[in-house]
Amino acid sequence: MSVEVAGAVRAKPDGPLKLAVPRGALLAETLDVLDAIGIDTGEVRGESRSLIFEGEGITLVTMRPSDVPTYVEAGAADVGITGKDVLLEQADRVVYELLDLGFGRCRMVLAGRTGDEKLGESERRLGMMRIATKYPRTAQRHFESTGRQVEVIEVKGSVELAPLIGLADGIVDLVATGRTLEENDLEVREEIVECTARFVANRVAHKLRAAEVDALTKKLRETTSS
Amino acid sequence: MIHPIPPGTRDILPDEMRELRRLHLAMVDVFERHGYGEVATPAIEYDEVLARGDGRTAASAYRFFDERGDLLALRSDMTVPIARLVASRFAEAEMPLRLCYLANAFRGVRPQRGQMREFAQAGVELIGAPAPQGTAEVVEVLEATLDAAGLGRAVIGLGDADLYRQLLAEFGVEGEARESLLARLAAHDLVGLEVELAGLEGIDDGQVATCMALSQLRGGREVLGRARELGGEAVERATARIGETFEALEARGVADRVQIDLGLLRDLGYYSGAILEVYDPALGHVLGGGGRYDGLLARFGIDLPAAGFALYLERVHVAQMEEEPASRGGSS
Repeated sequence: MSVEVAGAVRAKPDGPLKLAVPRGALLAETLDVLDAIGIDTGEVRGESRSLIFEGEGITLVTMRPSDVPTYVEAGAADVGITGKDVLLEQADRVVYELLDLGFGRCRMVLAGRTGDEKLGESERRLGMMRIATKYPRTAQRHFESTGRQVEVIEVKGSVELAPLIGLADGIVDLVATGRTLEENDLEVREEIVECTARFVANRVAHKLRAAEVDALTKKLRETTSS
Repeated sequence: MIHPIPPGTRDILPDEMRELRRLHLAMVDVFERHGYGEVATPAIEYDEVLARGDGRTAASAYRFFDERGDLLALRSDMTVPIARLVASRFAEAEMPLRLCYLANAFRGVRPQRGQMREFAQAGVELIGAPAPQGTAEVVEVLEATLDAAGLGRAVIGLGDADLYRQLLAEFGVEGEARESLLARLAAHDLVGLEVELAGLEGIDDGQVATCMALSQLRGGREVLGRARELGGEAVERATARIGETFEALEARGVADRVQIDLGLLRDLGYYSGAILEVYDPALGHVLGGGGRYDGLLARFGIDLPAAGFALYLERVHVAQMEEEPASRGGSS
């Protein structure tokens, strides 16, 4: 069991259930799914700059997808929606993964320059590939589990840049359509894992607000599996 | 001038210490009233002694050599040291034996997570009292302790440590595949669990559905009936055991705050039979836990049933503050 500092565990899961909603690429489909199960998302869709939207029996809290596990683990949000890529990268966060929502489908891949053998050559002659990524832990785990040595270089911005100007031999990144790769003269070499949006819950909320969490899970399951 | 201390450790200053002391005294007072005598054991022990308790998860993160070259370790909980103490000092004592403690324990931390390397635990160990009465007594003491701490809303989850191990054996899943599934169950990764289980040879849809449904069954007494409908020997045994414990709790009048939870799985290797977890609605993290470890004492050469619980003192303190009427004025 993990043990946190006193200050980091404070949360008050009273009042309406708090759902962490990911901004960015997953937002539109998340809101569509919430609409479909009868949660009004009109305000979130509006021009408002607020981050918290009080609804009927549920409060929507919008945030970066990569912050969802942090808020849910601490219990500041009771439940949340985020990508599997985020959960894999933050595998040490204790959140309950209750449901595969099926949307936001994309692949975590290893990509290199089209027609260029830099990846293979580095591995063969230097014993080590240099991989740029925004997902250092996922990348490290993938290469470790396949018995290869890599130098993982974490970058924050456009990772496609790294192999083009010689920072890295290849990249590990999330691709949806593959167009960004193509436009940057990169191609997929290996597929690491397929990622979709997931419904997650705080451990204590899952126990103490079982009826609400289960009802929401059931509605989400019915909507997303049809 | 600032002199650093290691991350995950902290100084406690008088205002906090005063409150912690009050909390500590209130808890030990409850333990003493129930007949539990307080003990202390050394923070450092021989590594091989601690490893005997649980070679895997309770193994210490901090090990070092002493001046003679012996390998020492900092304890990661109090249950294993007390098992050692009972075997060495109380082997001939009249049973059951009731011991309690408030002690610091040490665990490794993952970088940048704000976790504590050193933390205080308060708990009891009831040695030589079998299930279900022994378990019920431990739960009774736990409830009284939570009340004394002002956590009247806290809930105790009651599950069974052997359920999934036996269920998977019944499904013919053994070895690495079973360990991997148990890890997913402990982490409550239901998506991964379903995919992995369905991908195993010889597992049918009904068995997948049974496992998934069980992991979500939590609530009052009625969940035992719903579990039995799923069928199977492992489920029958676990629900019978939980049922007996629950009846013993009802007989003592302490079943109201207990939530039966068939999805419960603790990650410490020495548990068997009943397992407990403690939650408070004011806190997003588990306050503590416990259960039965009927096989642990035998590893120290004295075969006695045992049960206990431990609460994280600092977390109870946070919950106590959050539960004060003034700070709970507004919801959310």
